Amino acid sequence: MDGTTSLSGPLDPAPDAGYPDPPPRMGFFTDTSVCIGCKACEVACKEWNEVPATGLDLLGTSFDNTGALTANSWRHVAFVEQRRPDFRWLMMSDVCKHCTHAACLDVCPTGALFRTEFGTVVIQEDICNGCGYCIPACPYGVVDQREGDGRAWKCTLCYDRVGVGKTPACAQACPTESIQFGPLDELRERAERRIERLHSDGVPEARLYGHDPGDGVGGDGAFFLLLDEPEVYGLPPDPVVTTRDLPRMWRRAGLAALTVVAAVAAAFAGCSSPGRRS
Amino acid sequence: MSEPAPSGSASYYGRPVIKAPVWGRAIPTYLFTGGLAAGAALLAAGADLTGRPVLRRTGRVTAAGAVGASICLLVSDLGRPDRFHHLLRVAKPTSPLSVGTWVITAFGTASGVAAAGEFASRLPRRGPLGTLGTLLPPAGRVAGLAAAGLAPALATYTGVLLADTAVPSWHEAYPHLPRLFGGSALASAAGVALIAAPLAEAEPARRLALAGMALELAGTRTLERRLDLLSEPYRNGRAGRLLRAGRVLGAAGMAGAVLGRRSRIVAALSGVALLAASVATRFAIYEAGVASATDPKYTVTPQRERRDQRGPSSPHLG
Repeated sequence: MDGTTSLSGPLDPAPDAGYPDPPPRMGFFTDTSVCIGCKACEVACKEWNEVPATGLDLLGTSFDNTGALTANSWRHVAFVEQRRPDFRWLMMSDVCKHCTHAACLDVCPTGALFRTEFGTVVIQEDICNGCGYCIPACPYGVVDQREGDGRAWKCTLCYDRVGVGKTPACAQACPTESIQFGPLDELRERAERRIERLHSDGVPEARLYGHDPGDGVGGDGAFFLLLDEPEVYGLPPDPVVTTRDLPRMWRRAGLAALTVVAAVAAAFAGCSSPGRRS
Repeated sequence: MSEPAPSGSASYYGRPVIKAPVWGRAIPTYLFTGGLAAGAALLAAGADLTGRPVLRRTGRVTAAGAVGASICLLVSDLGRPDRFHHLLRVAKPTSPLSVGTWVITAFGTASGVAAAGEFASRLPRRGPLGTLGTLLPPAGRVAGLAAAGLAPALATYTGVLLADTAVPSWHEAYPHLPRLFGGSALASAAGVALIAAPLAEAEPARRLALAGMALELAGTRTLERRLDLLSEPYRNGRAGRLLRAGRVLGAAGMAGAVLGRRSRIVAALSGVALLAASVATRFAIYEAGVASATDPKYTVTPQRERRDQRGPSSPHLG
């Protein structure tokens, strides 16, 4: 693995962003083994954050009529129907991962995206000019442009609520504590205990996703307990923040720029000047 | 050669894992016009330093026009064009778009002054405009050289712009895109010169057409063959057809540049072919990226392979 830099590796994002004495890093632990697919999280998020409706969609994908995380859906409950051999439903409330190394934030050219003192990642709607660069930069497909508005939108981890000591709307509304909110260190310990419990209870397929600070995004601020491979839920199996390779990309561009200069110099150097031709 | 994706490659109802870019045609068009502007500024500077006045004028006017078009394209593609100036709030080396904004702002200013210098003789001789007419040619010369100094960055940063995303076929192409785009920039600018400059001044443009198009074609060949599964989007569908069209046009343009030494018509046709090749290549690369973002197998399969090769990094995985 690469060593820790501001672009990759394990670190605490708020001090790295320049907060001298930040509060503990806050996040979500979404335990899909107790999700009942009620979508209260989707509704509570829309209500609190005044996220516009998407209209009535019937997608034909089990009970999922939301489809994906979009500009107008900051929580998305996935429903997977499996026969293995007994029928089972996998349900999972997806959300912005609030990455330790957030590509959306790194590539934002206006400074609209910023790191909060809680280590979360938020878009300032009065700054965003809808350039759209954060959208393909996100390795999880979270950020999206709102039609008719033009700007990029995503989960703020209820920055306004967290700032006054409240729980984010989705976690507050979750009736089974599938969505747990708290200091990330505590959540990680709780998740370890939950995995041990599930494994001893005969659920060997239970695994954590996004909890590891050594992964390609330096660990997620919102991580998950899953019951199958990540891609079954529409999650990338091994996401890497694109800007980890940015120093190498700039080096390649520098070499290419030198090649361009050399080609131009060579094209002119060999030619006799038309005015001075004998 | 690449393997087809495993048939069991899981996904969530076939939905994309990442979001495809939301940019319209303005952005691939800008990849072309930005490159053209950069190449033209370099040709103009070379022509200026070697005494080729028509080539110099062609280069300066092309650079200013193409960079003006680039800025219009970039602003029009914003979700909130009225907030374009928010791009000038910060300078962020981690954002290729921020770097590009500053490069194009400086380049646009310099190449505008350089182009204005070409028209100084049309100003009245007396009064304040007369003073301007005296100052413009030397200022234009300095500005033209400054634009040429920024041009290599303008021609190549767009490769980083595309690669610095989660789009699989762009990101994995990061070692190749800047050089390919730099070559394409030179070839397209040489194309304009072959159309506009007299044969006596066009020799450097002919050489640059060959060098630039060689870089472009070598780059597209690499994209088609060397990225394993992620080369597929460069070979299939609309992107594949555009890339092949670009190759045919590029080869024709190179042949025309060699054969057109004594014929303005052949040279001009060669120039048109070079420009069309550059446009086709830019759109092909753009569309291949969109295709690789839209099909989840291009995101999932390489990541699974990477993870499986590394082995479980945590006792909870696998």
